[in-house]
Amino acid sequence: MNKAKKIIELKNISKSFDGQKVLDNINLYIYDNEFLTLLGPSGCGKTTTLRIIGGFESADEGDVIFLGDRINDMPPHKRNVNTVFQRYALFPHLNVFENVAFPLREKKVPKAEINERVTEMLKLVALAGFEKRSVNSLSGGQQQRVAIARALVSKPSVLLLDEPLAALDLKLRKDMQQELKKIQKATGITFVFVTHDQEEALSMSDTVVVMSEGRIQQIGTPVDIYNEPKNAFVADFIGESNILDGVMLRDRKVSFAGHVFDCVDSGFELKEPVDVVVRPEDVDIVPEEKGMLKGVVTSVTFLGVHYEIIVDIDGFKWMIQTTDFVDVDEHIGLYIEPDAIHIMHKSEYSGMFGDYSSFSMELDEIGELEEENLEELGEAAAPESEADT
Amino acid sequence: MKKKNAVSSRNGLIQRMLLTPYSVWALLFIVVPLFFIAFYAFTDSQMHFTLDNMRKVFTYRISDEQTVPYYVMVFGKSFKLAVISTLICLLLGYPFAYRIAHASAKVQSILITVIMIPMWMNFLIRTYAWMVILQDKGILNSGLALLGLGPIHVIGTETAVIIGMVYDYLPYMILPIYSVMAKMDYKLLEAAKDLGCNSFGVLRRVIWPLSLPGVISGVNMVLIPSVSTFYISQKLGGKMKLIGDEIEEKYANFDFNGAAAIAFIMMVLLLVVMALLQHRATKRSVA
Repeated sequence: MNKAKKIIELKNISKSFDGQKVLDNINLYIYDNEFLTLLGPSGCGKTTTLRIIGGFESADEGDVIFLGDRINDMPPHKRNVNTVFQRYALFPHLNVFENVAFPLREKKVPKAEINERVTEMLKLVALAGFEKRSVNSLSGGQQQRVAIARALVSKPSVLLLDEPLAALDLKLRKDMQQELKKIQKATGITFVFVTHDQEEALSMSDTVVVMSEGRIQQIGTPVDIYNEPKNAFVADFIGESNILDGVMLRDRKVSFAGHVFDCVDSGFELKEPVDVVVRPEDVDIVPEEKGMLKGVVTSVTFLGVHYEIIVDIDGFKWMIQTTDFVDVDEHIGLYIEPDAIHIMHKSEYSGMFGDYSSFSMELDEIGELEEENLEELGEAAAPESEADT
Repeated sequence: MKKKNAVSSRNGLIQRMLLTPYSVWALLFIVVPLFFIAFYAFTDSQMHFTLDNMRKVFTYRISDEQTVPYYVMVFGKSFKLAVISTLICLLLGYPFAYRIAHASAKVQSILITVIMIPMWMNFLIRTYAWMVILQDKGILNSGLALLGLGPIHVIGTETAVIIGMVYDYLPYMILPIYSVMAKMDYKLLEAAKDLGCNSFGVLRRVIWPLSLPGVISGVNMVLIPSVSTFYISQKLGGKMKLIGDEIEEKYANFDFNGAAAIAFIMMVLLLVVMALLQHRATKRSVA
């Protein structure tokens, strides 16, 4: 991927609504041709960031730069940026063809060319033959495709997508993820995608921007974000993580959970207190006497591919994913490879996440439901519920 | 399945029973009178069938010099003033309805009340008030005199009648348009801007077509009473006679057949106009 050309730059963007800061000094480069995802819980400012790029909100402070030009005050219709809205916002008085042709008619494109481009677009989103249909007669997935075709037909430099898949059911969502990625590759247009679904973000993006409380927590490739989270928030929000208090003894030696481990991290200060991340799938279960750590299994959940077990080690509850069956109340040992340990500097999020004491599947689901409801109300939500004790 | 049918047929029965009072009312006070209008329009005082009443409407002339038959002329004038008033109501009402629909909830309810208040006052009083304002030595001209302008002669002209009609019927234009606009999805306007429309483009290509149902019902609600208006024309138009006044006068003189003939023709004309409007609206929304 050619990372040379910056298409959009956000410089020191801050924004408040009614005295409440929703964006706090956002700095972000968006490169040509990339699939960039703004990821974070409800109320983290990702949608506001998108709306500032689209021109629907203006930043209180900072600059929006488009191909080198400051466009803070440029209205949406003059920006070479189009949006796919969360609930599609298709024009109910126009049929599928006219919805897609809408931006071309505004630009007074000749009729023959409109026909050609709309037909081509509808083919790209697999809706050939739907030209005369009323948009109200389409399914959610089809409406979604019309919205994408309409936003792409005028060949914008950047396509903004505001949680476009949130209203679709799981199966359709997976298909659309694949398809969006394909469309982005085929058109070569830069996509800026907003979601609160970390799996979606990891599977589709070239670059993931993790946001929380109006600030960017980390920018990186999906692999970086997963393997090298910068702080406890990112580690917890992306996938599952056991996050422990530790002390860096020296380079490649860390102490946590009452044990000294070899690790691969260096460059910390001597005796620096750190957060230690161990992913549930990176822990090996061994007989108790061979374990670096010893604990008691408190719960086992079968999830198809693996078991998710909670192990109590001196009062700290670990989550471990394993294909070996162990039983509740069994005493087991844990073995952790050096490269399974990831060390992070302490942050404001330290101690808030990463202990599974109060974890239960139901709670997790309730948390997600609440999050979606709050999203609809447009309110700021507490980032995670499972971490509360 | 059977049970469901039983339930739904019982619901149907309840619905029909609830409709009964209205059906009776509609039959007695809408269908029967319409029948009588048609009946009187095509009969003479002995209740024999005749086309004379109709012929008179299309041929009667006050004097032989009149090239256009009298009632045709009055019809023409009534429609002209009604169309002008309706257009003015639309031009004034549309932006106002838009403004209300996009105000905060509190401001919306205040503005709606402000529009409704004149409707609480009797229509005669409103018309008399306009006479006082528009007289040659009335409030309008004294105001103009203070500014060193005027005087202008308004009372007794078509302009005065139009002012009176616009004042009376403006709320009927604003309210249906407002109710359609208030329901419009704001995201659609953002989408239009996003896709390259400036403010005028958003208005022309999204707001206007989506508000058409409100415009159509507003036009119907203003045009129909304006065409058949009376009294305003007599008081503000200097004894001007519109078609409503002619009908009133004929009833007052117990010429029921003549009055019914004019009323019948007006009804047919209005039905044609409404059908055309409706047809255009549906055609546009499909295209």
